[in-house]
Amino acid sequence: MAGSTPNRGGAFDRIGAASPWRAALGTLARDRSAMAGLAILAALALVALAAPYVAPYDPRAQPDIVALKNLPPTLAHPLGTDQFSRDVLSRIIFGSRVSLSVAFLSVIVAATVGTGYGAIAGYVGGKLDGLMMRIVDALLSIPRVLLLIAIATLWNGFALTGLVLLLGLTGWFGVSRLVRTLVLSAREDEFVTAARALGASHTRILIHHILPQVISPVLVAATLAIGNVIVIEAGLTFLGMGVPPPSASWGSIFYDGKDVVGTAWWISISAGVALVITVLAVNLVADGLREALNARQLPAR
Amino acid sequence: MTQPALLTVSDLRTYFYTGAGVARAVDGVSFTIGPGETLGIVGESGCGKSVTALSILRLVQQPGRIEPGSRIMFENQDLLQLDDAGIRRVRGNRIAMIFQEPMTALNPVFTVGDQIAEVARVHASASRRAAWDRAVEMLTMVGIPAPAERASQYPHQLSGGMRQRVLIAMALMMNPALVIADEPTTALDVTIQAQILELLADLQQRLGTSIAMITHDLGVIAEVASRVLVMYGGEVVEEARVETLFTEPHHPYTEGLLHAMPRVGHRQERLAVIPGSVPPPTAWPSGCRFRDRCAYAWDRCARDHPPLYQIGGGHVSRCHLADEPERRTARSAAQASPVAQAAGPGGGA
Repeated sequence: MAGSTPNRGGAFDRIGAASPWRAALGTLARDRSAMAGLAILAALALVALAAPYVAPYDPRAQPDIVALKNLPPTLAHPLGTDQFSRDVLSRIIFGSRVSLSVAFLSVIVAATVGTGYGAIAGYVGGKLDGLMMRIVDALLSIPRVLLLIAIATLWNGFALTGLVLLLGLTGWFGVSRLVRTLVLSAREDEFVTAARALGASHTRILIHHILPQVISPVLVAATLAIGNVIVIEAGLTFLGMGVPPPSASWGSIFYDGKDVVGTAWWISISAGVALVITVLAVNLVADGLREALNARQLPAR
Repeated sequence: MTQPALLTVSDLRTYFYTGAGVARAVDGVSFTIGPGETLGIVGESGCGKSVTALSILRLVQQPGRIEPGSRIMFENQDLLQLDDAGIRRVRGNRIAMIFQEPMTALNPVFTVGDQIAEVARVHASASRRAAWDRAVEMLTMVGIPAPAERASQYPHQLSGGMRQRVLIAMALMMNPALVIADEPTTALDVTIQAQILELLADLQQRLGTSIAMITHDLGVIAEVASRVLVMYGGEVVEEARVETLFTEPHHPYTEGLLHAMPRVGHRQERLAVIPGSVPPPTAWPSGCRFRDRCAYAWDRCARDHPPLYQIGGGHVSRCHLADEPERRTARSAAQASPVAQAAGPGGGA
């Protein structure tokens, strides 16, 4: 994949700004599927932000728990109602706030912690590196979902911040490994030795010369992780360990629909489709990013 | 030679503690560089010349270690005794380094102006603006046309020769007393090589900088150096003024290097080569480290490690031939062609 992307003319203009980052952005802008993914994500984010204005009903309102329950999709209720007569579309819209923000924030937490941890291990090296990586190995050997369930049972229900931290602090192990490897190789770059020979401090070398080499792979990995976390969050909520009711997230809506999936299938299916669309869009963007950022590295080699 | 030395390296030993044993990459090297002088350091790959250069600025990475007992005196301080902040104040400021590969010694994600300016920001804590202006000034000094535009370009937009000029600009930014140039022209076209050497010589004249020129190319040495250090097996094997070295080389290794050099006007079917290659630094041969590849070697060479014999004023050689010069003439008489003499037995390609 990396080699198949042709060098873009913009990077080779003789005079004028040809920042590698700008070149990557140019490549990304020409990538139709990545742009489509980005457009879907932007639309989802916009709807989530404007939920109170966009949603046709109050997501918690139970207007008539007998007459209006489990209604199939109609014009009044495009995605039907659930067993408490709540409007499914409104719940999906409000649920996107929880699902999306938890996913993005927890991935930011994971990427930051993982990058810091991996960078220190890779840069310092030696015994500290060995120790830090054995710790990661140990943590990685525990299945993440089991770990989450174990912690979740101790707390029993979370506020949003708790969920973000929980998912973030269990998600950085892989990133730290990736970053460590990248730093180990970046450390050997001649321009890093050159920077040391010019008297740059360790902090300066790490931030100016090593982290820029690491950012693009981390960005790609983090984007892919977003899709993963959305699914895990839904799974946790499905198991009753996510945001407490009556708040909605896609996971809880899916959960609510499971008992009546034979008769009122639209409840679970709507949440599932929302989830699939989001994850798909995120993956499209991640693929595009990977292509664009690889292309950026070509002229440097 | 009478002026006080700027840099005095004495008994420098840099060992690498690898799984395959202790690699004695630099093993007891001593030399001096005077103010404004250009010292050439030559030798094949693996002879320890680059590690010597890195050791001076303490840039040797694990598992390499500079052994206790080594001393590197520079401007009245032992660089090996400085703390971290102390050595950082020397690096890039009083002693600067120019690297071999202009392609990889520049960071691809920053403009060249930023990278030159970084030196001033590290050492002079200059403002962004002032550092940038100084960077553009330096680009003018190293002869880059349209320096203001070039400064905002990225390394991949410059040619190899221009990138090497950028590296020189970075090295000279703080007007250092000593510049260590590690094979600065090896990666360049021959025509560009000449330009870069000329630029270095010119800047040295103007700024009075001392230069340690590390290379495997005797042509480069002939052009820029006043004194030459020949290294082999982690040791200095010969030291002489450049004219002396080219006209009266003493050590058989130096002889071999000179014969392996193509020369205009000398028709030769093939160039003489030094047979074999540098032995691994984990297992230097006993006695003379060059003996396995030497045409003159006799039993004493395996037994005694030769000291640096005084040959003449400022000319030393690590070869027992200094003690028994009759062996050289005897050997030369036995050999028909001078080429074969330098190449020794089995000296094919």
